[in-house]
Amino acid sequence: MLQNPDATTEQQVAENTDFEVRSLDAMCVNESRIEHKWYDNLKYMVVGILFGIVFVKAEIVSWFRIQEMFKLQSFHMYGVIGSAVMVGAISVWLIKKFNIKTIDGEPITFHPKTFNKGQIIGGLLFGLGWGITGACPGPLFAQIGTGATAVIATLLSAIAGTWVYGLLREKLPH
Amino acid sequence: MNLIELIKQPWPWYIAGPLIGLTVPALLILGNKSFGISSSLRHICAACMPANIPFFKYDWRKEAWNLFFVAGILLGGFIAAHLLANPEPIMVHPDLVASLAQYGITDYSNLVPVQLINWEALTTPRGFVMMVVGGFLVGFGTRYAGGCTSGHSIMGLSTLQWPSLIATICFMIGGFTMVNVILPYILAL
Repeated sequence: MLQNPDATTEQQVAENTDFEVRSLDAMCVNESRIEHKWYDNLKYMVVGILFGIVFVKAEIVSWFRIQEMFKLQSFHMYGVIGSAVMVGAISVWLIKKFNIKTIDGEPITFHPKTFNKGQIIGGLLFGLGWGITGACPGPLFAQIGTGATAVIATLLSAIAGTWVYGLLREKLPH
Repeated sequence: MNLIELIKQPWPWYIAGPLIGLTVPALLILGNKSFGISSSLRHICAACMPANIPFFKYDWRKEAWNLFFVAGILLGGFIAAHLLANPEPIMVHPDLVASLAQYGITDYSNLVPVQLINWEALTTPRGFVMMVVGGFLVGFGTRYAGGCTSGHSIMGLSTLQWPSLIATICFMIGGFTMVNVILPYILAL
């Protein structure tokens, strides 16, 4: 957290109390009650750096690997995602089982996702985009880091897509 | 072969997958953060152009950790490509090489197909679809679905959320349809 939310933003957040909006996303749900300095966020950057290195070294950010996955020509991506889910699931199970706390001693919380039509419609649309760009949002950042600057255009378009979704959100079936 | 040379080789799935899976507990233990990347795009919208849209009216500063995380991914990509680069061209399935050659894609020097995705191509129909249309679908679709491969397929499945399983199945249906049915027409543009 960068700073205390001032009165204006608190008011804005209060106006945006629609919990459903928040619970649709992996965001705005886990709020720390401890005040952190901005540089506390650097620890997440370190995790991001390690994660980005794995992304590139295992060629997960490669357009060609995504093509192979969807043409069933390689097991690589299935192995990556499958083993990541297994390790993630075991970790989450251990955290729950032993009631592991954060390094600041706060409890770790999980928020159930609720089903809505967006997971189907949005999921299909994202899948179509994934097949074209060969990158989900994470790899877009990693690809730019490797020096593929033209991917900045793809990322800007993805940000525009997110913005248009926000604009049309009330009109879309959920 | 020394360690550095070993690290420069492409990493197998059974090394990379578990390391990616460990991101889930790492973020939870460091600060009770749910792994998810596509949310960063929403925070960028909220920070740069909220335009009074309710979906972007929240205190994005509270989610700044996510922006530090994706900035780290970008830096990680830089480090891997410049300090740990594998000098060999990327090895792909011969059937893929044969089918891409029909569309003039023969350069395997980069993880990104430089003949398809480059600044000059942006103004051609094929490049426009590959970058602008593809990117738009990624941004629109992930937010509509409430997450991407990280938030749904890895974090969601790790916490046994059935909506995330549905989302993941839809991601895969979309991807299979694009690559096998639609993309050949796009590549032929």
